[in-house]
Amino acid sequence: MKRIFPILALLTGAFLSYALYLALEVAPTEQTMGDVQRIFYYHVPSAWTAFLLFFINLVASVLYLVRRIPSADRIANWVVIAIGGVTCIAAFMVKQLPQGVEPSSVATTGIGIAAIYFLIRRYFSGDAADALAVVSAEVGVVFCTVVLVTGPLWARPVWGIWWTWDMRLTSTLILWLIYVSYLFLRRFSSSSQTAVLAAALAIFGALDVPLVYFSIWFFRTQHPQPVIGGGGSIDPRMLHVLLINWLAFLCFAGLLCWSRYRLEIVRRQVEEAQALKSLESVR
Amino acid sequence: MNFLYAAYAATWVIHVVYLGTLVTRYMRLRRDVDELKRK
Repeated sequence: MKRIFPILALLTGAFLSYALYLALEVAPTEQTMGDVQRIFYYHVPSAWTAFLLFFINLVASVLYLVRRIPSADRIANWVVIAIGGVTCIAAFMVKQLPQGVEPSSVATTGIGIAAIYFLIRRYFSGDAADALAVVSAEVGVVFCTVVLVTGPLWARPVWGIWWTWDMRLTSTLILWLIYVSYLFLRRFSSSSQTAVLAAALAIFGALDVPLVYFSIWFFRTQHPQPVIGGGGSIDPRMLHVLLINWLAFLCFAGLLCWSRYRLEIVRRQVEEAQALKSLESVR
Repeated sequence: MNFLYAAYAATWVIHVVYLGTLVTRYMRLRRDVDELKRK
C-alpha cells in the first residue's frame, strides 16, 4: 500500500493538471460572462465532491449508530433496500418528473445510495465507520470551503455583488457551519459519548444537503439553475470538461481521505497505547 | 480574468493549507509514537 500511494498521488497530480488545462484552454468561452465563467469548472465539481463526502459521512454515522443495536441494524438494511427499490420503481412510474430529469438518472441514484451503504457496511466495521465519518466530514468541509470562496469570486463580476442572502447561498453557508461544528465537537469533546453525539449531529446535518441542492428548484434565487438534471442546458464540450474536472477532484478527494483515514487510525491506536501506559504507571 | 485566477489560486491555497495541517498532524503523531517506544 505504501508503494501505491506515491504512484496514485503522481497520477492524480497529472490528471488535475490535465483538467486545469482543459478548463483554461480547451473549454469554449461563455458568450455572456466571458472567461470568468471558467470558475464553474472548479466551483461545481467542488460542490458535488463536498455533497458526496457529506453523504458518506451520513452513511458511516448511521452505520455506527445502528450497529450498536442488532435489530436496528437489520431494520436499516431493509430500509436501504426499500429506498433503492422504491426509487427505481418510482422513477419509471411517476409521469411528471421535473423538467430535464431522466428516469434512468433517478433510478441510478437509488441504486447508488444502496450500493454506497452496503459497500461501507462491508469494509468499515465498528470504529472504522466512525473514523470514516470524521474523515469524510473533514475533507467535505475543505471542499465546501472552496465552494464558498469561489462562489463570491464568480458572483462579484457577474452579479455585481459578493454575496446575497438567498436560499442556495445561505443554505450552503449553514451546511458548512453544521459540519464545522461537527468537527469542533469531535476535536474538543472528551466525553465517551462523543462519537454517538457526533453521529446524531451528522444525521441532522445531512438533511441540509438536499435542501441546498433543491433550493434552486423550489425557491426564487439568484443562483443559476443546475446544468444537469434541472432544466438548464450546457454545451457538450463544457459538460465534458466539467466531468473531467469532477473526476480529477474525486481522485484528489479520495487520496486526501485515504491519507487522513490512515492518520486517524494511527491516532486512535496511539491514544489507546498512551491510556494503557498511564494506567500501568498508576498501578 | 483576475477573478478567474483568484478563484483558481484560492482553491489550491485551501487544499495546500489542508495538506499542510495533515503533514503537521503526521509529524506530531510520529513524535508521540517515538515517545511511546522509548517508555
